[in-house]
Amino acid sequence: MSLTLQEVSAHRLTWSEYEKILSLLGREPTFTELGIFGVMWSEHCSYKSSRIHLRKLPTRSKLVLVGPGENAGIIDIGDNVAIAFKIESHNHPSFIEPFQGAATGVGGILRDIFTMGARPIAVMDALRFGKLDNSETGQRNKRIVQGVVSGISHYGNCFGVPTVGGECVFESCYDGNPLVNVFALGVFKHDEIFFGRATGVGNPVIYVGAKTGRDGIHGASMASEEFSEESKDKRPNVQVGDPFMEKLLLEACLEVMKTGAVVGIQDMGAAGLTCSTCEMGSRAGTGVEIDLKDVPQRETGMTPYEIMLSESQERMLLVAEKGREQEVFDVFHKWGLDAAVVGVVTDDGMLRVRNHGEIVAELSNRALADEAPLYDRPYTKPHRTVPMHSPAFSSTDLTGDLTRLLASSDVCSKSWIWDQYDWMVRTNTTLGPGSDAAIVRIKETDSSIAMSLDGNGRYCYLDPREGAKLIVAECCRNLSTSGALPIAATNNLNFGNPERPEIMAQLVEAIEGIAEACTFFETPITGGNVSLYNETLGEAIYPTPVMGIVGLLKTAAPVPMQFVEPGRDIVLLGGLGASDETHFGGTQYAKVILDTLWGLPPQLDMDYEKRVQAAMREIAQAGFAESAHDLSDGGLAVALAEASFRGVGAHVNLETSLRPELALFHEGPSRILVSTASPGQVREIAAKHGVVADVIGKTVKDQLTIGPWVDCSIAQLQRPWKTALEEALH
Amino acid sequence: MKFGVVVFPGSNCDHDAWFATTQNLGQQAEFLWHDSQDLKGADAIILPGGFSYGNYLRCGAIARFSPIMDAVRRFAQDGGPVMGFCNGFQILCEAGLLPGALLRNAGMKFICRPVELEVATTNSPFTNELSPRQHLTIPIAHGEGCYQAEESVLDQLEADDRIAFRYVDNPNGSARSIAGILSAGRNVLGMMPHPERATDPLMGSTDGRLIFNSLISAYALTSNQ
Repeated sequence: MSLTLQEVSAHRLTWSEYEKILSLLGREPTFTELGIFGVMWSEHCSYKSSRIHLRKLPTRSKLVLVGPGENAGIIDIGDNVAIAFKIESHNHPSFIEPFQGAATGVGGILRDIFTMGARPIAVMDALRFGKLDNSETGQRNKRIVQGVVSGISHYGNCFGVPTVGGECVFESCYDGNPLVNVFALGVFKHDEIFFGRATGVGNPVIYVGAKTGRDGIHGASMASEEFSEESKDKRPNVQVGDPFMEKLLLEACLEVMKTGAVVGIQDMGAAGLTCSTCEMGSRAGTGVEIDLKDVPQRETGMTPYEIMLSESQERMLLVAEKGREQEVFDVFHKWGLDAAVVGVVTDDGMLRVRNHGEIVAELSNRALADEAPLYDRPYTKPHRTVPMHSPAFSSTDLTGDLTRLLASSDVCSKSWIWDQYDWMVRTNTTLGPGSDAAIVRIKETDSSIAMSLDGNGRYCYLDPREGAKLIVAECCRNLSTSGALPIAATNNLNFGNPERPEIMAQLVEAIEGIAEACTFFETPITGGNVSLYNETLGEAIYPTPVMGIVGLLKTAAPVPMQFVEPGRDIVLLGGLGASDETHFGGTQYAKVILDTLWGLPPQLDMDYEKRVQAAMREIAQAGFAESAHDLSDGGLAVALAEASFRGVGAHVNLETSLRPELALFHEGPSRILVSTASPGQVREIAAKHGVVADVIGKTVKDQLTIGPWVDCSIAQLQRPWKTALEEALH
Repeated sequence: MKFGVVVFPGSNCDHDAWFATTQNLGQQAEFLWHDSQDLKGADAIILPGGFSYGNYLRCGAIARFSPIMDAVRRFAQDGGPVMGFCNGFQILCEAGLLPGALLRNAGMKFICRPVELEVATTNSPFTNELSPRQHLTIPIAHGEGCYQAEESVLDQLEADDRIAFRYVDNPNGSARSIAGILSAGRNVLGMMPHPERATDPLMGSTDGRLIFNSLISAYALTSNQ
C-alpha cells in the first residue's frame, strides 16, 4: 500500500512534512500512523508556526513552580499553597456548534487544571462575536452568542466551578470566526502536584473516565485550517460534553491521587489517546505500549485509526505503580466510572499501538511530540488597511455621545451573560463579574487571588506590538485597582493564517510586545494557547492576543468599583493624560460614534504605568480608597458613569486644553478613578511614587456632571447601559 | 449541633454547606455518601445544591432512589429536621417529602444573583428567629426553580402556613412567588435560594445565618428538654 498525496493532504500535512516522516521512520507510515502524525504535527498540537517566537516570552520568576510545557503553569502563593492556571481557545468548534463547542472548551481547560492535582476554583471567558445588528449575519451571530453563553453556563454550573468574569466584545471581523477563550484556575498544596509523565518501566497505563466514541475525530486538525463553505459539514468533528461525567472524573482523580498509587496523569484533550500517550512517554523519556482492544468503547466496530484520534470528552490516562492497580480501580468504581489497564510503560521510547495483539502503529514518542516541524515563517509588515490620519469630527451632543457609548455592545452591561453563570458556587467569590478584576479567596490561606482577562483587537490591528503592551498593562492595572499585586500570566494568541507574511508579522509583533511588557511588569507567562487560521473566506480576524493575568492580595473586603458615599473627593490617579487625534482612532468613541478606525492605539509609558499601579496598591492597602475603577473602554466619561451605577454620582470639573471629545473619551492608560475621604493621604502616596493625582470633583447623589460638557441623571445613563445587550439579542 | 451533608454524585454545594455550618456557624458537620444508609448520628440533614446524577431525566428524579434517601425519609418521619437547598429542594419534591415540582425558570435561562426574600412564616424550626415579613438577601443559582403545584395544594400550603419564604420580585415564575415551603410536620424545609452562600460577610450577605441559627436554637431547646 502506498499513501497518496490526497491522503497526506487530507491530514493537513504538507508533502515536505510527509518526507520528514518518511526519513524519521525509514519506511512508509501506516494509515493509522499517518493519522497520528497528522494530529500531533498539526498547528494546534505542535505550535509549529509560533514556537520559535514563543521562546521570546519570559517564563520564570521566584514564584513560578512550573512553566510552559505542562498542562498548566503553577505559581507558588505561599503557605505551602500553589495555583495552576491556563487559558485555551475553542474558537473553531464554537462557530460550528456554539453550545457544545463552548461547553467542551470549558471542559477541556478544567481537565488541564485537575490533571495536575489542583481543584478548579474559578473560570473566566473572553468572548468575541460578530455584530448583532448586521443585516446579513446578525441573526446567526445572535444564535452563536446564545449558544456559547448557554454552553459555558451548562458546563461550568453543573461541574460546580464559578464563572467569575471575563469580557465580551462585538466586532465585524469575528463574524465568521467567533473567539471563545476560556481561562481556568485551580488550587492545591505543593505536595499535591502531579505531572503528565509515564515514568517507571513496567508500570500499568490505565484509561479512566468516559468511553471512547467516534466524536471529535480530527478536531485538532480542523482547528488548524481556515473556514470555508464546507466547514458547516464538519459538525461531527465537534465533541459533545458531559459536565456531570467531568465532575465525577474530578472527584475520582483528586481522590485517587491521594492514594499514592498514581505516578503520572494526563487528560485526553486535543488528539485524545494519541496525544496523551506520546506526550507522557516523551516527557518521561520512556515508551508506551497499548492494546486498543482494552480501551472502553461506546460504539462498535471502531478502527484503530478512529480510537487513536477520537476526541471524546471526559477521559484521562494515568500511569500507576505496578501492583497497585486495584486501588485505582476501587476509587473510579466508587464514582461509577470506567477504569481499565490499556498498556504498559516500556524502556524503548516508542509509542506502540496494538489492536488485538497486532501492531498498528509504532512510532518514536520524541518524533511525535518534540520533533514536529518548526517553521520560521516569513513575515513582512503587519497587515493594516486603515488610514493614519483622523477624519474630521466634532460633537454637538456630548451627553448623547456618552449615552450611546454606554449602550454600545462592548461597553454595555453584560449581566444578561453572567446572570446565567453560577459565579458564587464554592463561596469564594468576593468580587464577581462586572468588576475590573474578579477576586476569589483561597480558603486554605489568608490570601485571595485576583484575575483579569483582557484583549483589544482594534488596538492590535492598529499596532500589534503597542496593542499587546497595552493589554498587559490594562490587565495588571485591573488587578492593582483591586489592591492585588500581579504575579503571573497566561496568553491566548488568536490570529489569522500564519502562512501570509503580513499576518505572521502581526503574530511576531504581538508576541514581542507581550514579552516586553510581561518582563517589565514581572508577570512571567506560564503557559497558554495559540489559535491560528482564524479566517473565513480569506478574511482574517483582527490580531487578538488575550491576556489572563493573576494577582495576589491579602483577603479583605475588596475595594468596590462604584462610588459608595456622596461628598467624597474623586481623585484621578495618573492624571487626565495626553492624547491627540491620531491616538484616538482605536477608541470606542471612534468605533461607536464615528463608526471607523484609524491611527494608532493610545500611548503607553510603561514606567509611569507601573508607578501608578504601585501607588494604587498602596492606597488600597492603606484603606484610603472607598472605591476604585480603572479607565479603559470609553475613557474617563464612561468610567465615571460606570462608577455611578450604584446611585452615587459625581460632580466633576475638568481643566484641560484637550478638545472635549478627547478629554472625555480618550483611552490613555495609567489612569484610575479613586473616591476617598482622605484625599491628602492619597495625594501623598501618589507624590511618593511620582504620580499625578488630581482631585477632579466630588461624589454626589443621583447625578453625573462633567463640567462643562455632560449633565444628566444617573438613571438616564444607566437604563440603556443595563438593557442594551438583552435588547440587541431579541 | 451536628449536620449531615448528603453527597450525591454531582452535588456541588456540599462543601459550601459543610463550610457554612462548621466554619461560619461553629457547628459540626459530616458528609453522608449517597450509597450508604448511615446518617452518622446527625441532628439535622442537609440535601445540598448541585446536579445530582447530572439532573438526568428530571432534577432530583434519580437521586430520590439513592439508599441514603431511605434513611433521610425515616429520619424526617421521626421528626428530624431536613433542609434541601436548590437541587436539594428538587430532590425533596421528587422524593415526596414536599409537595409540588420545580420546572424550568419562566425565562428559560439559568439565573444566578442575590434576591430579596420575604419571610412568610416564623412558625418553624428554620424561621423561628426571624420576624414576620422580614426581608432577607440570599442568592439564587438555578435553571429549574419555578415552583408549581395544583391550586388545591397551593391553597392548602397557605392554609397550613407552610410557605416559608416568598420572592419579593419573583425571578422564575414560581406560583404565588413561593421560594421555600415546609412539610406538614414543619420539620422539612425546601427552598431554591442558597442560605449557605449567605453566611460569611466576605460573600456580601449574612442573612442565611438567621435560618441556620433558628434551627440551632430550636435544637438547643429540644435537646435541653
